[in-house]
Amino acid sequence: MAEATREKRLPLDDKIHTWPHLVRGEFLITLFVIVVLTLWSITIDAPLEEPANPTRTPNPSKAPWYFLGLQEMLVYFDPWNAGVVMPTLIIVGLMVIPFIDINPKGNGYYCFKDRKYEILTFFLGFHILWVSMIIIGTFFRGPGWNLFWPWQRWDPHKVVALTNVDLPYLFGFRDYFWSAMFGLVVIGAYFVIATLAFYFWVLRVKGKEFMERWGMVRFLIVALLFVTMLALPAKMFLRLVFNVKYILVTPWLNI
Amino acid sequence: MSLLDKIKSDIVESHVWKAIFRHGYEDTPRNRVMMVTANVFLHLHPAKVRRHAVRMRFTWCMGGLTFLMFLMTVITGIYLMFYYRPVAEYAYADMKYLEFDMPFGMLMRNMHRWAAHAMVVFVWLHMFRVFLTGSYKPPREFNWIVGVLLLVLTLLLSFTGYLLPWDQLSIWAVTVGSNMARATPLLGYEGPFADLVGANPIYDARAFLFGGGEIGPHTLLRFYILHCIFIPLVASILMAVHFWRIRRDGFSGPSL
Repeated sequence: MAEATREKRLPLDDKIHTWPHLVRGEFLITLFVIVVLTLWSITIDAPLEEPANPTRTPNPSKAPWYFLGLQEMLVYFDPWNAGVVMPTLIIVGLMVIPFIDINPKGNGYYCFKDRKYEILTFFLGFHILWVSMIIIGTFFRGPGWNLFWPWQRWDPHKVVALTNVDLPYLFGFRDYFWSAMFGLVVIGAYFVIATLAFYFWVLRVKGKEFMERWGMVRFLIVALLFVTMLALPAKMFLRLVFNVKYILVTPWLNI
Repeated sequence: MSLLDKIKSDIVESHVWKAIFRHGYEDTPRNRVMMVTANVFLHLHPAKVRRHAVRMRFTWCMGGLTFLMFLMTVITGIYLMFYYRPVAEYAYADMKYLEFDMPFGMLMRNMHRWAAHAMVVFVWLHMFRVFLTGSYKPPREFNWIVGVLLLVLTLLLSFTGYLLPWDQLSIWAVTVGSNMARATPLLGYEGPFADLVGANPIYDARAFLFGGGEIGPHTLLRFYILHCIFIPLVASILMAVHFWRIRRDGFSGPSL
């Protein structure tokens, strides 16, 4: 009883009045940003090119810069995947974050130690994959979506050897059916092995007790999203090092 | 009492003044609270906030600045709407007209464009900050979802606006961006399994977006309406939910 009364008295009130403490800050920042925006807009004009002409395709045609990460992904995956499935998974993946992250620590303050893996994963997805792909797409891609250094002249006739081959072909499969089967097995194996590896890694790092609290549903959702996210650097590696075009080739879709 | 004070008190004590402002301006705790609760705009805030939550190094101000950028695009956008016609024959000419003939036309267009870009950057930074402080954790899970939807709407707002100048930059950027839609599995005519659904170039996901088989006058009108009415409306509703939730749950912070 005494315990309870003391507890009730204890919480110190660290609240301050919104007016003026918060409103003052907001007002000053607003003024500052409006001034910067105005000066910026006086100095730098928004681009306006020649009138729209559907019969003249510019080379390169680039999407707005915030979608260039997706356009850059088109180098490695087909449009249905890079343009539709992956973005959907990004959006869904972001939305499920509060439900798959059951770590009660780090709620409302900056702390790296308590949330190492969460922050590193976000860093990988947002900074390394999303932002760097945008930077590559914006500054390093020229005509024909070929790689150019920012200081290089964009040569529309740059010759780039098309040496990419499908993975089944590399492994000696020439038959259509068995190539597809091989691709299916490789992709299936990637997901199964990566999920298992992820499972044992979580067990080792976080322990059995955590895994039980996390539950199989949460684990599988995280594994699916995480392994799919890693598929991008994996495919980039295969392409850049082994010139692999597709892993799975079928009449309906290629991966 | 000087004449000035007399005039001031006459105004401040008048019936009309009191009908508008229901509290005095003396710096008392009661008036500080009233300042916020009796003002429809300010009462987006709670009357009191936790000390750490007003520090810039905690919030980075990014959520508020995203909203500010939204307001800037609304204000400059309304100005642009007076001069711009979303018709293929006129759209580009109106852009030139706006840039060279309208008072402050170029400035308004520049501000609209740069504020839109800034909004995209700010909303990403806001998400990053909210992630770093773990502010999506209970009880704020749903507000994170609303935030993700707002992020998507921000990108769509920017993307639909990209087409409106009707120059080479805009139609080709939008062509590249929308080509993804025709590769949608099942629903796009170049996507996997499209023949199962019977999607074809003039009847698929991209045609629905474009209002036809390719970018044309119909697309311009469609994107204009999405850009100026539909998406801002939906975004405003979601923003109301987003802000109300913050108001309810308070700013996140370490437990006392």
